[in-house]
Amino acid sequence: MNNTLQKQSVLTVKQLSCRQSSEFQLENISFSIAKGCCVGIIGPNGSGKTTLLKAITGFIPADSGEIFYCDHPIESYNQQALSKEIAIVLQSTELDQSIFVEDYILLGRNPYRKRWQFWESEQDIRIAEEAMKITQIESLRYRKINALSGGEKQLVRIARAMAQDPKLFLLDEPTNHLDIAHQLQILSLLNRLKQEKNMSIMIVLHDLNLASEFCDVLILMQHGKIFKMGCAKDVLTFQNIESVYHTLVIEGENPISKKPYVFLVSEDNLKKSIAQSKNPETSDIRMETCI
Amino acid sequence: MNQKAIKWGITHGILLAALIGVCLIALTMGTMNTPIDQLLNILLNKIDSTEYTILMQIRLPRILVGIAVGGALSLAGVILQAVFRNPLVEPYTLGISGGAALGISICIVFSLNQRYALSLPFFGMIGAGFVILAIYSLNAFGVVHNIQRLLLIGVMISFISNSLFMLIISLTKSEQMHSIMFWTMGSLEEPNRMLVYCLLIVSLLGCLITSIFSVDLNVLSLGEEDAFHLGLHVERVRNILLILASVLTGFCVSISGIIGFVGLVVPHFVRLFAGSDHRTVVTASYITGAIFIILCDLLARTLISPLELPVGIVTGLVGGLIFIYALVSK
Repeated sequence: MNNTLQKQSVLTVKQLSCRQSSEFQLENISFSIAKGCCVGIIGPNGSGKTTLLKAITGFIPADSGEIFYCDHPIESYNQQALSKEIAIVLQSTELDQSIFVEDYILLGRNPYRKRWQFWESEQDIRIAEEAMKITQIESLRYRKINALSGGEKQLVRIARAMAQDPKLFLLDEPTNHLDIAHQLQILSLLNRLKQEKNMSIMIVLHDLNLASEFCDVLILMQHGKIFKMGCAKDVLTFQNIESVYHTLVIEGENPISKKPYVFLVSEDNLKKSIAQSKNPETSDIRMETCI
Repeated sequence: MNQKAIKWGITHGILLAALIGVCLIALTMGTMNTPIDQLLNILLNKIDSTEYTILMQIRLPRILVGIAVGGALSLAGVILQAVFRNPLVEPYTLGISGGAALGISICIVFSLNQRYALSLPFFGMIGAGFVILAIYSLNAFGVVHNIQRLLLIGVMISFISNSLFMLIISLTKSEQMHSIMFWTMGSLEEPNRMLVYCLLIVSLLGCLITSIFSVDLNVLSLGEEDAFHLGLHVERVRNILLILASVLTGFCVSISGIIGFVGLVVPHFVRLFAGSDHRTVVTASYITGAIFIILCDLLARTLISPLELPVGIVTGLVGGLIFIYALVSK
C-alpha cells in the first residue's frame, strides 16, 4: 500500500458506513486507490462488495463517512459529471432488449449529451467504435443484444461503460458465468486498459486466483467491513481465508507469475492426503494447513 | 449527415404520407360518398352546401379527434412500456383507463359536465393520475417486487375501478345512466369544438414533450440502475413522463370513451418494423396510432352503414387479431 499511496489518488474513501433497516451494509470502510491501480474486492457472498461499489457511485446513499474523487468530495460533482468520470459494469444489467449492439454502446455516451441534442455527434460514434475495437466486438456491431452469448454480452456491457470514457472503472463480478477463455480475455482487457489509458480499476471477483493474478491490491471483506487489505501475498493467506470463508485451502504459488495461488480442497480429500503425507513422495505443495 | 437521421426522415415521411392518404379516404367515405376529385372543389370554394357542412362539421372534427386520441393513447403506451420495462403494459391493462372512466362517471353523476365543459377531461385526468400514483407507489415502496405482480395489480385495480363504475351506474337515475353508457361505448364524435381543439393541442404537445425525452426513454429502458449510472435523473424524468401519460390518457378517455388495445398494439407494431430506438418509436407510434384509429373509425362508420359501431369494439377486434398474428409469426 505504501507505494500506491505516494501516487496521486483517484478515489479516497473515509469511514464510509451504510445502513439498511438498522443493519450495517458497510461499516467504517476506509481505503484509497492510486491512479492506474487495479484493486480487487473479494469476500463471501453478502459481505457488501456490490454495496461498496454502488455506494461509491452514489446509487446507495451513505449514512456517514466521506468519499473523495480526485481530492474533491464526491457530492461536489453532479450526477452527469460523475458519470463521465466513473463507469460501472453491473451484474444485474440484463441485455434483454432487442436493440443493436452499436446503439447499446452509444447509450454509454449519454453523460456527454447536451440538453437539446437529439442525434449522436461524430465524436460519440468514433468513441463508441473505439470501445468496440478495444473489446474486440466489432463483428457484433449489427447484432441484437438479446441474441448474444453470455461472454459476448459481458464484453458489450464493458464496451458501453468504456464509451463513458471513465477514469475510474468499477466492475461487479465481470467473470461470472463465463468460461475460462472469456474470463482471461476480460481480465487481460482490463489489464490493457490500465496500462494504456492509465485507468484505475476496482473489480469484485469471486475467483481468488484471478484476483491474485490481475490485481495490484486486494481488499478482503467480511460482514460489511474490510477484513484485510494489501498485496495478494498478505491477503491470501490460509488463516485469512479460513476466518473469512470458513473453508480450508492450501497456499501455493503460480509457477509463471510467482503470485500467490490458492488450492481448493474438499475436506475428505484433505484428510486422505494428510494420512498419506507420512509417505515422503506426496506432492510438493507446502502443507501449511491446520491439522 | 447522420445515417440514423436519414432513416428517421424516410420513416416519418412515409408515415405522414400514409396519414394524409387515410385522412383523405376518411373524408370522402361515409353514408354519403364524396368523390375525391370533388373534395378539393368543395373545400376551396366553400360552397354552402350540405356536402361542405358534412365535411367540415362532422367528418373533419372526427378525424382530428381520431389523430389526437390515437396518437395520445399510443404515446401513453410507449411511455408506460419504457418506464415499467414491460411490453405488455398500456393504459388499459394497467387500469388507468378504468380510473379515468371512474372519475368521469362521478363527474357526470354530479352533472358537472353540463356546467363546465372542461370538467370532464379534468376528472378523467384525476382518475387516471390516481391509478398511476397507486401503481407507482406500490412499485416504489417495494411492495411489488417483480414486474409480473405489478401487471397483476394493474389488472386488479382495473377490476376495482370497474366495479365502482358499475356501482355508480346502478345508483344513478336512468337519464344519467344513459349518458354514461353512451360515453363508455367509445366514439370519436365530440360536438364541442373547443374540446376538440383542446384535445388536439394537448395531444400534439404531449408528442413534442415525449420526443424531447426520447433519448432519456432509451436510457430509462435499460433499467433504473443503469440509467442512474449513465447520468440520468431517473426520478425526475420518470415523474414527468408518468404525469404526461396520465394527462394524455385522462383527456382521451374523457372525450372518446374507453378505446382499448391502441396503446398496446401500435408501439409493438412500430417496433417490429422500425426497431426499438425511442427517437423513432415515439413519433412513429403517434402517427401510426392516428392512422390506426382513423381506419378503425372508418370501418365502424361504414361496415353496417347507416348504423354505426362503437369504435372501441373495432379497435379491440382488429388490434387483438393483429397482435396475435404478430406474436405467432414472430
